[in-house]
Amino acid sequence: MSEHHIKLPEGSIEKTTTTLNLGPTHPATHGVMQNILELDGERIVSTEQTIGYIHRAFEKIAERRPLYQITPLTDRLNYCSSPINNMGWHLTCEKLLGVQTPKRVDYLRIIIMELARISDHLICNSIVGVDSGAYTGFLYVMQYRELIYEIYEEVCGSRLTTNIGRIGGFERNFNDIAFQKLEKFLNEYPRVLKEFENLFTRNRIFMERTIGAGAISGERALNYGFTGPNLRAAGVDYDVRVHSPYSSYEDFQFDIPVGTTGDCYDRFLVRNQEMWQSLSIIEQAYRKVQEFKGAEAEIYHADVPEYYLPEKKDVYTKMEALIWHFKIIMGEIDMPAGEVYHSVEGANGELGFYMISDGGRAPYRLHFRRPCFIYYQAYEELTKGAMLSDAIIVMSSLNLIAGEMDA
Amino acid sequence: MSALTNEYIKNKLTEKFGDQVTGFEEPYGMLTFESPKEANLKVLNFLYDDDTLKFRFLTDLTAVHYPNNTGKELAVVYHLHNIEDNVRIRFKVFTAINKPDVYTATGLFSSANWMERETYDFYGINFVGHPNLKRILNVDEMDYFPMRKEFPLEDQTRIDKDDEMFGRGGTVGFGTEKTTHGTITEEHKGNVGEEIV
Repeated sequence: MSEHHIKLPEGSIEKTTTTLNLGPTHPATHGVMQNILELDGERIVSTEQTIGYIHRAFEKIAERRPLYQITPLTDRLNYCSSPINNMGWHLTCEKLLGVQTPKRVDYLRIIIMELARISDHLICNSIVGVDSGAYTGFLYVMQYRELIYEIYEEVCGSRLTTNIGRIGGFERNFNDIAFQKLEKFLNEYPRVLKEFENLFTRNRIFMERTIGAGAISGERALNYGFTGPNLRAAGVDYDVRVHSPYSSYEDFQFDIPVGTTGDCYDRFLVRNQEMWQSLSIIEQAYRKVQEFKGAEAEIYHADVPEYYLPEKKDVYTKMEALIWHFKIIMGEIDMPAGEVYHSVEGANGELGFYMISDGGRAPYRLHFRRPCFIYYQAYEELTKGAMLSDAIIVMSSLNLIAGEMDA
Repeated sequence: MSALTNEYIKNKLTEKFGDQVTGFEEPYGMLTFESPKEANLKVLNFLYDDDTLKFRFLTDLTAVHYPNNTGKELAVVYHLHNIEDNVRIRFKVFTAINKPDVYTATGLFSSANWMERETYDFYGINFVGHPNLKRILNVDEMDYFPMRKEFPLEDQTRIDKDDEMFGRGGTVGFGTEKTTHGTITEEHKGNVGEEIV
């Protein structure tokens, strides 16, 4: 044997399976994550997921930041629906601080959260379409996600990583343009969603690609910590909005769509139905918001000067606002010591915040319960014995967001 | 709404485990208690199997570091949920930092697998019996547990770092126009580490 002999890894000659690296920057992963697939022909023998490529140590960073500076960190968890993360964080803080928000604030928040849910589901479902070979739906619905982003822009000034709202409410009232755009959305979107459904729901190619792919039973799904649409597709009607209502969700009428088989097709259907439900919630909330007249229609935050960062124009013109602004920014306001867990129904599951405060300026410990980090571990079980093309569609129909997984 | 009250759970637990379960509290309405770390699986199993308790959903598993709590520096925190009756509880076990061995809950909850890996990754809790206890978010070569309190965050006022891409140090600007903002020049060297006024 010459010295130029190539050293093969042990056992590689006898090996009868193929190893395939999917990711970390593969277009099919829709995010930075790696899947090492062990393939026998085109059948999947086993998978191993590697995550953490965009880990940014948010929990550590949060241990030095005052509450209002943690909001932009939550943006970057599930960046397809940042407003839900922001609101979830504000609600956690409000629970710790004992802040009661006015009804109008709750309803405005619900409008924003449900818009975010629609935009998230829209992305997820249209990406499932892309991964099964139907690009049209994805391109078509993008303009309505754009309209949702324009509404965010009117409310908070930014689009993707929104940093929307503050502890106690919003930084400013919704302007007329925001409501006009909301009306435009409510008028036009049902037709679009109907058309989107026509394209997929009874499409034979789509059905054959998704039915039976990545199925999971309700029992296994619960054991794996599934929440959100993925759990409901498996037939468990657990929804945080109903089980532990926050932000006045109890004032609204809506259904919880559930599936039966927990496969990609059911997940798709559940998400589509949830979009209809969200639309109905937004309509109800908008009507409720319109009922506030006169001075009541001007309420957009709770009256908690010690936590609510005052409006900039007040800071420059009013003595009290200046004092509170100074106190909040300089960290002279300590939060009460305590231990709090609060969760909201994020677009892909139960998004929880576990915060321990030792009475200082920043949390002593903050932990995010990130739904897709928890359910992604079921991926191996979902794809075992399936075809390679199913592996891709399962990944997109689980709605994996790398930012949320890695925190 | 449901008959399953915190008081009932507390009585059930004390009836079964006696003084093994302690520290009952109800911060913000959530029943919180602790047990010795050796008993964690017994308690979790009891909560899972009992026909009235049915805590069969592991919402969250994480750890907290209390450096001044000698002998009980690390806490492993389980958030459990009874979805049927919609009751949540929080269960803690404490362990010493020089022997951070806690039994794994993976036999009971498949979801505990990655959550325990994450907890190991950041706090170094050794989950005994875990099928695949290795780092998950950090690189495998890392030899410390970064969420422990002895690793402070970087001093935000430091000026000795050449971090050009983020506007600190290096040469920023177009063409010949160069700034030395943030870098240490000879006359400032003595000031490094002093408080900037």
